[in-house]
Amino acid sequence: MSQVVTRRKLITSGLAGAAGVAGLAVAARIANTYGLIPPGRGGIWGIGETLTYASQRILMSHHSLAREFSPSETSRFVPVNGPAPKTDPYQRHLFTNFKDWRLIVDGLVARPASFSLAELKRMPASTQITHQACEQGWSFIAQWSGVPLSYVLNLVGISTRARYVVFWPFDDFWNSLDLPDAFHPQTLLAYNLNGNDLSADHGAPLRARVARQLGYKSVKYLTRITVVDDIRKVGDGTGSRTPSAGFSWYAGI
Amino acid sequence: MDHAPEPRAPSRFTRQSKGPHLLVTHTQQRSYLCSVGNSPELPVLKAAMLDFAHPMANAAYTPEAETRPACTNCVPRHPLLVRITHWVFALSFLGLLVSGIAIIRVHPHFYWGEAGNIGTPAFFSLPIRTVTGSMSGRGRHLHFESAWFAILSGLVYAVSGVFSRYFQRQLIPSREQLSWHSVRGCVRDHLTLTRQRSADSYNVLQRLAYLGVVFILFPLTILSGFAMSPSITSVFPSIVIGFGGQQSARTIHFFLSIFLSLFLAAHVLMICLFGFAQRMQSIILGRPSASKDLR
Repeated sequence: MSQVVTRRKLITSGLAGAAGVAGLAVAARIANTYGLIPPGRGGIWGIGETLTYASQRILMSHHSLAREFSPSETSRFVPVNGPAPKTDPYQRHLFTNFKDWRLIVDGLVARPASFSLAELKRMPASTQITHQACEQGWSFIAQWSGVPLSYVLNLVGISTRARYVVFWPFDDFWNSLDLPDAFHPQTLLAYNLNGNDLSADHGAPLRARVARQLGYKSVKYLTRITVVDDIRKVGDGTGSRTPSAGFSWYAGI
Repeated sequence: MDHAPEPRAPSRFTRQSKGPHLLVTHTQQRSYLCSVGNSPELPVLKAAMLDFAHPMANAAYTPEAETRPACTNCVPRHPLLVRITHWVFALSFLGLLVSGIAIIRVHPHFYWGEAGNIGTPAFFSLPIRTVTGSMSGRGRHLHFESAWFAILSGLVYAVSGVFSRYFQRQLIPSREQLSWHSVRGCVRDHLTLTRQRSADSYNVLQRLAYLGVVFILFPLTILSGFAMSPSITSVFPSIVIGFGGQQSARTIHFFLSIFLSLFLAAHVLMICLFGFAQRMQSIILGRPSASKDLR
């Protein structure tokens, strides 16, 4: 009697296993089609990164807002992780107080453009008091002001093929956002920290502020923003400088 | 097993308690624990297949088993699903522990409240040297990947345990066990290192410890981890508010991991004290070897 049950169970579990493998393959294709596989490294860590990114993009609202705080809750000290570039173009701009600096916006856009700091400051501004955590574990609360990235992207008109927005800084730590985070209402091109123009160490003249991700996604010293459809064609193809340093592309955790 | 078969009337359970809820039926005897005495001749492979067929059910049941004597000091018998989730979870927990240490070494300072950094007073600091470099990146990769496997295997274990009434039968202590007399006796046995009088089932301290770990410590650890995620807390701000801020959550996460590590140490120590080889066979193969006399 028990043998019959065993054989039947063996056949069913064999079929279930085959269906599982086929299901996984189909799921991988669907995930790829709907942009649920993050850029960056594949390999063994790709499993966890993909599970995190896909589940958050599926289960969570694309525009859920990070918590905002009252002015009394701002941190007295805003640490600096890595000093400003010592290289020539940046130091020259710093010396002339970014008079000739322009932010280039190009790629898959209808009207490629470049904006001076004064032009950016004349655009509709947004101010937030938000918490920013470093992957190392420390954090601070600060007030940021800047122009929403979505405003600039709408100004230049991105293509329907666009999938990622790439930040190019003066230093090596380039990074990129998918469209849900690029068009998130709290994602700023920030030029003001706690009421003052950004200091050199905090990313002058302009830095990204990405409220729902760890600090390393808030790229400092911006010089150019490129809209692309396929992140694998950009740089080393991993979507940011961080994977080669050991950090995942998606940092919403 | 050379004693003569005898009707299995006085169960070991009844020695511990006379409460009707602890009167052991045959169905219960065939459950998770202590069913090895019922069917010592069942081949391992067959048992494993039967387990797979009815992972959380009474896998090893054979009619002739009812006539066999119960062993006097049993080793738990684990269904396939429990064995798989146990080892997936064990590896994941090891990964979480190692990577947790790697992450802490980058910033061994802990704070209380929403925010904290090197320019604000620390709640406390670990007396270790700060290490910078790519260790933190690798540590974080391992931490979050292990967390996925830990949560998924833990969910399978918990959900199947609820549906198979495993928690109800084996982990929730009876009113009898929770009586002052019983708890005091159990504590005294532990303090005096006396062998438990009824090692066939989990005693009241084991039950409370396992329940606390499965239903309090682990959920709190997962939640305090979520509380550190800027994207998750943008959807569920109450998680981080409930812990008193992102840095408080980080500090609590650290202490919870200490408690879990202490539990792991006690868990491993107990297994070494009460028959390492047999319990390893039991959690890998599902049953201890029948040839050996059970201690």
